[in-house]
Amino acid sequence: MSDKVLMKGNEAIAEAAIQAGCRYFFGYPITPQNEIPEYMSKRMPKVGGVYLQAESEVAAINMVYGAAGAGARVMTSSSSPGISLKQEGISYIVGSDLPCVIVNIVRGGPGLGGIQPAQSDYFQAVKGGAHGDYHLVVLAPSSVQEAVDLMTDAFDIADMYRVPVMLLGDGMLGQMMEPVEFKEQKGRDLPSKEAWATTGTKGKRRKNVVNSLYIDPKELEDLNIKRFERYKQIEANELRYEMINCDDADIVLVAYGTTARVANSAMRSARSEGLKVGLIRPITLWPFPVEAFQKAVQTTKAFLAVEMSMGQMVEDVRMAINGAKPVHFYGRTGGMVPTPSAIIEELKKILGGER
Amino acid sequence: MSSTQEIIMAGFGGQGVMFAGKLIAYTGMLSGKEVSWLPSYGPEMRGGTANCHAIVSDEPIGSPIIINPTILIAMNRPSLDKFEDTVVSGGIIVVDSSLIDRQTTRKDIKSIEIPATQMAADMGAGKLANMILLGKLIKETGFLSMDIIKEALKKVVPSKKQHLLDINMKALELGYNY
Repeated sequence: MSDKVLMKGNEAIAEAAIQAGCRYFFGYPITPQNEIPEYMSKRMPKVGGVYLQAESEVAAINMVYGAAGAGARVMTSSSSPGISLKQEGISYIVGSDLPCVIVNIVRGGPGLGGIQPAQSDYFQAVKGGAHGDYHLVVLAPSSVQEAVDLMTDAFDIADMYRVPVMLLGDGMLGQMMEPVEFKEQKGRDLPSKEAWATTGTKGKRRKNVVNSLYIDPKELEDLNIKRFERYKQIEANELRYEMINCDDADIVLVAYGTTARVANSAMRSARSEGLKVGLIRPITLWPFPVEAFQKAVQTTKAFLAVEMSMGQMVEDVRMAINGAKPVHFYGRTGGMVPTPSAIIEELKKILGGER
Repeated sequence: MSSTQEIIMAGFGGQGVMFAGKLIAYTGMLSGKEVSWLPSYGPEMRGGTANCHAIVSDEPIGSPIIINPTILIAMNRPSLDKFEDTVVSGGIIVVDSSLIDRQTTRKDIKSIEIPATQMAADMGAGKLANMILLGKLIKETGFLSMDIIKEALKKVVPSKKQHLLDINMKALELGYNY
């Protein structure tokens, strides 16, 4: 117990990034993620890193682009409207095959929306919020501890496959405090960045060029195909999810991030009332854990996706289940958070045969 | 006491509501329990009602949002008005009676009234009503121990404010012995 500290999600994410070797942070303030840049501004100088508050989100993401191009471990963070502003830069980073980590502590939208927790940026994160053929790897922690544990993975996956990785949280995860332990992270053997990073030739090698402009369509197609081969490897190697009580479940809840905690509470209460309820919790939203659904669909009768949105992840659930079983949806939006009792009510409606 | 306490602490911004909630969570953590702490964030922090949700449990915590608290600590009238009806039957409402001019109308809960702000002013530490309320809550419920909360206090008080430790401890004691 003694090695645990009580920390806000935002602060813990920042500390975990630094412990994962992140030495460059560029950002622009926005609620509810301000504790990330605040913490970075204090800690980065102490570890010899760079913290810079840019003049805008657009500037911040392009600074990330530059630092990533030079081979640095670099991160930015923002919340929904700010992430929208960063989309062009994200596409350029993808197009230049560069690694970085982007944290989105989601708030209610669209527009300026609100500042309370939401999951309404799922489509933007998972389906490509910017232009072009690409995916982001999207990690969705449901506790402060998990956010910390995933941070090293986020940077390692980015470096391993030369892709941007997004950590998708929400205002609740960012603002809440929980006990957290910073474990020794082993990290992975990662490929050298020498072949592409613009670190200076010192007159000894041909220069590396960071670029996302390819006028020759054949060349661009080849690059996109190569990138998608790496996405295939990511799908094979980086899938993460949790299945709880699915073996005997009549109905399986599907939820990610903090909503999965609410769903978990609902599942435990429902079980104590004798309802056979399970839970699938995707941790990687892309790649989406289709295999979990292929397992559960064999035994369960129906699924209920719960989100803090009008229904976004539920589309991936439906695709994974491919019509084999009914998929229901319950969501709250605009900063409202589902309650366990509302979820139980939905479960009872479905199990009672109502549609 | 049940194995889970869900505490809403509410008052004006500046009364130390967030700090007291953090102290509860930290004490729970040092007691080996599962804990969470969630602040209200947004414009209400400037003068309106600020509140935080602290959960201390023997089981893993699902939602950190409290809908029906087992304990409400109200440091102003708007907080009592807002949360009074949400407290579970059999729960506890702790009221700073120097600032709240009415009693709770609930008959199915335990009401604890203590003139915390007056007591704090009398001891020359007007801002420590929050600690007095916590001390009283611990006396009445025993769900946290005074020894461990003092341990936690040392960790929650930032290093540059360690000189305020003693007065905080005294305020806790004052509430405990009221």
